[in-house]
Amino acid sequence: MSPDTASDTQAAATAPGGGTTTMTYRDAMRAAIREAMQRDPRVFLMGEDVGRYGGCYAVSTGLLEEFGPERIRDTPLSESAFVGAGIGAAMGGMRPIVEIMTVNFSLLALDQIVNNASTLRHMSGGQCGVPLVIRMATGAGRQLAAQHSHSLEGWYAHIPGLKILAPGTVEDARYMLQPALDDPDPVLIFEHATLYNAEGPVRDLAGDYDPWRAAVRREGGDVTLITYGGTLGRTLEAAEALKEDGIAAEVIDLRSLRPLDDATIMESLRKTRRAVIVDEGWKSGSLSAEITARIVEQAFWDLDAPIQRVCSAEVPIPYPRHLEQAAVPQPGRIVAAAKATLGRD
Amino acid sequence: MAPDTHKPRLSRAHLLEVLRQMLRIRHFEEKCAELYQQEKIRGFLHLYIGEEAVAVGAMRALEPEDAVVATYREHGHALARGVPMTAVMAEMYGKAEGCSGGRGGSMHLFDAERRFFGGNAIVGGGLPLAIGLALSDKLAERPRVTACFFGEGAVAEGEFHESMNLAALWKLPVLFICENNYYAMGTALERSESQTDVHLKAQAYGMPAEAVDGMDVVAIEAAALGAAAAVRAGEGPRFLECRTYRFRAHSMFDPQLYRDKAEVEEHRKHGPLVRFLGWIKEAGLLHQEDVDRLEQEIAKEIDEAVAFAEAGEWEPVETLTRHVYAEEAAS
Repeated sequence: MSPDTASDTQAAATAPGGGTTTMTYRDAMRAAIREAMQRDPRVFLMGEDVGRYGGCYAVSTGLLEEFGPERIRDTPLSESAFVGAGIGAAMGGMRPIVEIMTVNFSLLALDQIVNNASTLRHMSGGQCGVPLVIRMATGAGRQLAAQHSHSLEGWYAHIPGLKILAPGTVEDARYMLQPALDDPDPVLIFEHATLYNAEGPVRDLAGDYDPWRAAVRREGGDVTLITYGGTLGRTLEAAEALKEDGIAAEVIDLRSLRPLDDATIMESLRKTRRAVIVDEGWKSGSLSAEITARIVEQAFWDLDAPIQRVCSAEVPIPYPRHLEQAAVPQPGRIVAAAKATLGRD
Repeated sequence: MAPDTHKPRLSRAHLLEVLRQMLRIRHFEEKCAELYQQEKIRGFLHLYIGEEAVAVGAMRALEPEDAVVATYREHGHALARGVPMTAVMAEMYGKAEGCSGGRGGSMHLFDAERRFFGGNAIVGGGLPLAIGLALSDKLAERPRVTACFFGEGAVAEGEFHESMNLAALWKLPVLFICENNYYAMGTALERSESQTDVHLKAQAYGMPAEAVDGMDVVAIEAAALGAAAAVRAGEGPRFLECRTYRFRAHSMFDPQLYRDKAEVEEHRKHGPLVRFLGWIKEAGLLHQEDVDRLEQEIAKEIDEAVAFAEAGEWEPVETLTRHVYAEEAAS
């Protein structure tokens, strides 16, 4: 089933028992890793505390016992070396899944991701592809302060040669890994750290799953709310609140941040003529800026109102809960932005 | 010291081949400098002149199924590994017939068929790749060696230390070959390192490591044979610090204000070709006619490589965005 044609979440929720199970985002990721490892002996998982500890977010709990230390490989705190090792192993014929504990620590591996993973195919004239998957947690919301709360997926989406996925639903957490592993190029998967405990429905899918297309999670004709990952839930909450004010919001879950599915965005805008972009990244030089630019380039004449953005405040994420929550996008701000596109208070 | 069993057998054919490879690199590099002046080659150009013995000696310890990871000063490694000189020269020009399709240039020579994985131009950035290639061999239980070349400048990078630790910890089949030419661009080793005996850094990670006379091709081959045999036997990584010297500037932009001309001249007197030629002639192992014949063959090979590059095609601009993603999965 093509995820862009209908509200997947709603469809799943209305079909209990019809090939649908409920699980947590964490369990969904674990099931995906387990399945991939059972399916292909070339697949292995490598990262800090993925083995004995069971994963910083308990994603890989139990996998060491099932697959052994060669394939569930604990690494030292050497992000550059083990990410680079993943790149080299991919070039050597393996299909590594590298877990970087959080996006914050991925900055220690920037050289390998940006100078090697994304360039090797090109620099070698197409000879050396890097079929590597890098998973990492991202985002704020757990009072971890400035150095553990970054949302830098938009940065990575800047880089040609990389592909970026952001599962915002449990079902995508369950299914995005395999197509990422099947891809001949490096794919980064960003898992919002506040989602791991979230429960949601997962349909039994018989093939035909496309992670590279945006999904319309809620249909509506008045305004399009564009988001992904950790802010999908809050955007859906905002859409529900808007309904009470008689505003029908359409919610687009980007799912893939590179490549971006422009067609689904523009198709929605031709209908609603109004756009709000919700992104936990900062505004300046950001993914939300990129989407804004694409809308202006491709759908300027379809717009009836200036594009609105709801992003994180331009401040390192603060520790106190009230300040942290004020810094990141909230349903109230999304509602206000949507109303602004309609000239309403 | 390498065990006696790994001493190279110095047959006449062996000596001729070692000399041929060193001369090929020397003259190829001289031709590149000339072509740079003619603006046929642009960008950065880092010449290997003075360091030929390291690549030639070390490469003889490798099998075709082994892997090589090199740096931006890698023309010599590519040639010694068997990448055709025509394809290397065409890459210098940026022509489509180049070994990287022209996309890489001097600093990014690749040849997947010969398992030559760059041409990596971030200092220290190639070491983690080598670790990974070796890890794939270990996981697949293939008795292969990954040879990783890097300069002494890399030992100041965190990636060096992370890679040393990981290679030793996981007993990965990597042969680390540090080409210590004593200058990281313009910064002398003693001005940048608290410990200038570079191989001791590897030893600190529990890895057998030794310093080798990097101007003695026979000594390098012997050390590399011993180290590669240990690596292939599953004994974990080995480390060779080859002490050498760069006779030419760091790149074509370098006015060499950081070292005396006299220092360079002194090293030239003890260069790898001077040493090897002096020794084999003195020992009567080869004669001047042998050298002359090699020189003629190499001059012809270089002429052919230049002609090949000159006749090569420029990739059409229409295909500019190729090779960013795999073509079968273009999205």
